[in-house]
Amino acid sequence: MTGSVDRLHNELDELTRLTPHVRRDRPTRTIIGSWFLLLISIAYFALPLVGTLLFSLRDPGFAAYRDTLKDPQLYKTLGYSFLIAIITVIVSIVLLVPTAFWVRLRLPRLRPVVEFITLLPFVIPPIVLVYGLLTTFSKPPLALTGSSLGSDVLLVCAYVVLSFPYMYRSIDAGLRVIDIRTLTEACQSLGAGWVTIMWRVILPNLRVSILSGAFLTLAVVVGEFTIANFLARPMFATYLQLISGNLAYEPAAVALISFGITWAAMGVIALLGRGRREKINVAGAH
Amino acid sequence: MSEDGGTNGMTYLALKGIQKRFAGGTVAVQDFNLEATAGEFVSFLGPSGCGKTTTLRMIAGFERPTAGRISIDGKDITDQPPNKRNVGMVFQSYALFPNMTIADNIGFGLRVRKRPSDQIKQRVGELLELVNLPDKGSRYPYQLSGGQQQRIALARALAYEPTILLLDEPLSALDAKIRVALRLEIRQIQRRLGITTVYVTHDQEEALSLSDRVVVMSEGRIEQVGTPFEIYNFPTTPFVASFVGTLSLVPGQVVDAAAGALTIGGQPIRIARKFEGARDRAVTLALRPEMVSLGTGAAGMNNVTGKVTDVSFLGSIVRIRVALGGDGAVIALDEFNEPTLELPTVDSTITINFPADGPLVLDAAAPVESVEALISEV
Repeated sequence: MTGSVDRLHNELDELTRLTPHVRRDRPTRTIIGSWFLLLISIAYFALPLVGTLLFSLRDPGFAAYRDTLKDPQLYKTLGYSFLIAIITVIVSIVLLVPTAFWVRLRLPRLRPVVEFITLLPFVIPPIVLVYGLLTTFSKPPLALTGSSLGSDVLLVCAYVVLSFPYMYRSIDAGLRVIDIRTLTEACQSLGAGWVTIMWRVILPNLRVSILSGAFLTLAVVVGEFTIANFLARPMFATYLQLISGNLAYEPAAVALISFGITWAAMGVIALLGRGRREKINVAGAH
Repeated sequence: MSEDGGTNGMTYLALKGIQKRFAGGTVAVQDFNLEATAGEFVSFLGPSGCGKTTTLRMIAGFERPTAGRISIDGKDITDQPPNKRNVGMVFQSYALFPNMTIADNIGFGLRVRKRPSDQIKQRVGELLELVNLPDKGSRYPYQLSGGQQQRIALARALAYEPTILLLDEPLSALDAKIRVALRLEIRQIQRRLGITTVYVTHDQEEALSLSDRVVVMSEGRIEQVGTPFEIYNFPTTPFVASFVGTLSLVPGQVVDAAAGALTIGGQPIRIARKFEGARDRAVTLALRPEMVSLGTGAAGMNNVTGKVTDVSFLGSIVRIRVALGGDGAVIALDEFNEPTLELPTVDSTITINFPADGPLVLDAAAPVESVEALISEV
């Protein structure tokens, strides 16, 4: 009996002695694990960039960059891509902000249906979308592919569909943060009509959400290849594909330049949205 | 008071035969008739789901009545959209526009009405003075406290001189001290401007302290319309009697109905109000705490003895609960919290007294019907 009590005491002493070590070890392990995961992630994202950079620099004296920046096609395709992207963003905002607003305000039961529709671009590949567009709009009465303007319209329409998941979800998340029902009713009681409500209250409070969606749309449109190629539009991605077939180092330089432009765009959005989130969150959350 | 719950003055706001049935078949409001005079402060008081906010929203135009008409100053507004009604509304959650400064929030209604900018600036300044926040015009809503935000919401609702001011539980989100201060401020501003006001609340203290008249609602219907004094002292329905104020419901037994003799907790008392019932019939007595006093009363008062079960400090008053016997007879009484007050301790035996015309006698078997009949005799 005495022996078993002693053994129990010994075990308890051992446990007490070990406990501080266990407590100290756990956070250390967690920190090491976190750093390991972070380094792996950085390596995963950075290594291809570093590889591309090193490859682009094999041509001595930054020749790949000099040649690329001299090529007027780069500016033409980049300009065209950004123009199409901006038009896509504008059309998406005009289409999706009132839709998301109305669904949240008056038709909340339709939300799952609308969410499903906006997620379809993730399920339907662009090749299917563009094939459907070509089949439908390449013959009378809607032969849009016959003209440059018609093809541009088709391209924008296709990109608006592609941007649904990014734009709608960003806008919907923004609407969730502000109490749109009460804000709308407050506007109405003050005498405002729907245009004033949207323009003066809802849109300004969705600025950060819209900018986030716009950035994602911009990135998707500028980098999109399949639809642009099938519609034979001079987009940046088709230009990149074209030079990849003929040149060695320039495509790597172009890829890095486009990466820089993308980060610059992200920085602009971060600057524009700075300080807004707190204001919206605090006042709308009731 | 008129049949529709109106006063003798000229009717300014009128709700006639209002009914609201929602798509699922739920009837939120029915047979709602009310007339309010110009400059009157009317409160809708009731528990959650009684239809008070729905009624307010129908006046504002956010909900359309299934039946009935609403008019302001003789003009039927039932079919008008909310932005054409020229009513001011203050919401529980303030609903200030987060993207605008305080000055822009207050001036919003004026800008919508395309008033000149110098006029807007002047009016915004006046309203900031009115709500005692003259230096907050350039701030954003998130930079103000809850109480300040609600004062700005009030200023915004008053900026364009609306015909009616509607307030939907405006103080519910604020802490107790600010609530009391702000409700006094709301009443002072309302009196100064003389604006007809409809105020929705579930807080009886708020409704009784603020209003010219109180509309007590339950299950979509008006239970009673009256001044705070009438509502508190002369409730016309069992619901109003139990909902407004504190009421001790004490089980008792009839000894001699003709003589007004009863027992509560086995102790004899006499009631001045008429009631019926054979000997030994179970009844319930309804008694307000302020009718009961500590100690032995003067001649004609009912004196009963019991054990103190609880002593609660409620600020200016102390509420004492006394159990009279083993049959669940508990009477609550209020004493002013004075420094000289000698409070009984819990479990001590004390004598309390109340007047013969204090309690209402409810039939224990059918309390709802009997209280209505008895109260109407008051």
